[in-house]
Amino acid sequence: MGKMSGAEAILECLKLEGVELIFGLPGGVLLPLYDAIYDSDIRHILVRHEQAAAHAADGYARATGRVGVCLATSGPGATNLVTGIATAYMDSVPLVAMTGQVPTNLIGKDAFQEADITGITIPVTKHSYLVRDAKDIPRVFREAFYIASTGRPGPVLIDLPRDVTVNELDFEYPEINLPGYSPNLKVHNLQIKRAATALMEAERPVIYVGGGVKYSDGHKELVELAEKIKAPVTTTLMGIGCFPEDHPLSLGMLGMHGTTYANYAIQEADLILAVGARFDDRVTGKIASFAPQARIVHVDVDPAEIGKNVRVDIPVVGDAKSALAELAKAVEPKSWGPWNDKVAGWKNDHPLFYAKGADSIKPQFVLETICKLCPEAVIVTEVGQNQMWAAQFFTHKHPKHFISSGGLGTMGYGFPAAIGAKMGCPEKEVFDIAGDGSFQMNIQELATAVINEVAVKVIVLNNGVLGMVRQWQDLFYEKRFSNTTLTRVPDFVKVAEAYGALGLRATKPSEVEGVLKEAIASDRATIVDIIISPDEKVSPMVPAGASLSEILELEG
Amino acid sequence: MKHTIALIVENKPGVLVRIAGLFSRRGFNIDSLTVGATDNPDYSRMTITVEGDEVVLEQVTKQLNKLVNVIRVSELLPSESVERELAIIKVAARKEDRSEIMQIVSVFRAKIIDVSPRSMIVEVTGSEDKVEAMVRLLRQFGIKEMARTGKVSMVRGTKVVSA
Repeated sequence: MGKMSGAEAILECLKLEGVELIFGLPGGVLLPLYDAIYDSDIRHILVRHEQAAAHAADGYARATGRVGVCLATSGPGATNLVTGIATAYMDSVPLVAMTGQVPTNLIGKDAFQEADITGITIPVTKHSYLVRDAKDIPRVFREAFYIASTGRPGPVLIDLPRDVTVNELDFEYPEINLPGYSPNLKVHNLQIKRAATALMEAERPVIYVGGGVKYSDGHKELVELAEKIKAPVTTTLMGIGCFPEDHPLSLGMLGMHGTTYANYAIQEADLILAVGARFDDRVTGKIASFAPQARIVHVDVDPAEIGKNVRVDIPVVGDAKSALAELAKAVEPKSWGPWNDKVAGWKNDHPLFYAKGADSIKPQFVLETICKLCPEAVIVTEVGQNQMWAAQFFTHKHPKHFISSGGLGTMGYGFPAAIGAKMGCPEKEVFDIAGDGSFQMNIQELATAVINEVAVKVIVLNNGVLGMVRQWQDLFYEKRFSNTTLTRVPDFVKVAEAYGALGLRATKPSEVEGVLKEAIASDRATIVDIIISPDEKVSPMVPAGASLSEILELEG
Repeated sequence: MKHTIALIVENKPGVLVRIAGLFSRRGFNIDSLTVGATDNPDYSRMTITVEGDEVVLEQVTKQLNKLVNVIRVSELLPSESVERELAIIKVAARKEDRSEIMQIVSVFRAKIIDVSPRSMIVEVTGSEDKVEAMVRLLRQFGIKEMARTGKVSMVRGTKVVSA
């Protein structure tokens, strides 16, 4: 392809990897790269804070299944990406983060805006590169995209010293040669056979599904398997949407704020088939009393997840989609039985509920109304109570339509992630279900949304408090509300207008449907400020460190 | 329980940091760690001794395998492998103690590699236990300084741990 500068080579690599969109913010050492971007076909979205670039790339990746790309300058630009990279790492999101770096001859000299970003991000990246020679650019980018998107996906960081982007190289896109990296995709026949036998022997099976099914596009195979053996299915926060929640076999989400019936089913099960899930503490509750009667079959593409948190009886290493397909083939059909009746009884006796007919707006009602008006929407969330209500009271039916920071629990994630999701799926309606606390953590991205005409709809469930922490203070700290009252939140309608977005507000239940319809009709970024009570709680709830059997149904 | 793990890793900057960081971040205890060249300049060999039960060992092995720069991870069972450590020990050597020190050195098939009027440097090679025993015996004379390599280990017979 001939000689080109490092910067041109980087853009050539991005093109070859099919990147259409990157999120970033320039800085001194990135001048050569940004100069090349000026002439490039690749669309660059200028954010207002680098953290938002990482979250937007992450939201784009989760909504589209493609690799998200973000770019930040050296030093503070790079360190501002760290929360976003860690968020992607915890939830296994394919992300390539590019950072500028001081010139190679200044590295280690505490130069202006120097930070050891490869060192800083080792614990939160799948892999990282500090490129010291322009000729390595094609290989590094090829490897980075491959590593980020294969096996268990994750973020890869590429640190680019200024001189590396200026120096010339002969461009050639190489083949992958990574002797230390080979994802275990192919499932072992014998293990499938053992797992299938266990499923056949089980009288009370539960399928427990995580984000791995979403990343492997295994939702159809999951439905096929579950229907064939009539096994109830529960999902983690990451797995939401992999199994349609209006399906008779659906148990919704399990864990701390999961449904009572999902948690009861887990505790009574004699077999748990875990697929692409990692037995996180928010899912298992007290680990020693998790699923006490169950044999555990664990399917995961990452062998290190198997046996990490719980003992596993039948490990199956490999891709979730192929494992589910193989299992569906290997099992014999079963009919609806006493276990299904028992689970249906729990579903009937312990549904998700909230007190209806109150004077104040119920956040659960807001989610149900959004679901009624826009059942196919992509729901992105912030973190806290808003996130749990969004998980519980919207009926999720499609994978990649629920986007939320699960592992890291990053407040401020939702809004920039929603921007990324909407840019990746412009034809879909995208909501950011927010709280007033989380939304204020990246509220500056209203500028990005407005300027780029990204019509995301931010639903602020405005209770004036840091609601989830306050809920714990209410329940476990004698209502000593230390530093969870935000005292005075800004007028979000005026904030919206100041940025050129549409601002709407509802203060009474009767206004909710109207403002939501107005928001859905809006063709620009819209904030809907919905005033709710600070005393609203997320229910049910398994207290931290308690067993799933000790789930509490709180007063609505 | 102690386990010995042999690693073949890419000889690239930052690899040691990734491995050491993995141990500290996941709460695994390293007893000793050695790195050295292999006959292929692209790869280095590490020997790590880690403390923990079978579950810990399994996690350590799996997590190490996830690192892109790690080519091979292999547990070396003491019963099936040879292991060596080298130590050099500067011991106080008064005139009246010298002959006794030399006797100990001779019993351990160690060597004296430096002599000065008041001290000697002893070089000893062997299993960790042997080095420990030597150190214990020399302590009575006064150990002024000690440098140990940490353990290197290799499977007996034709089986190999290589890239």
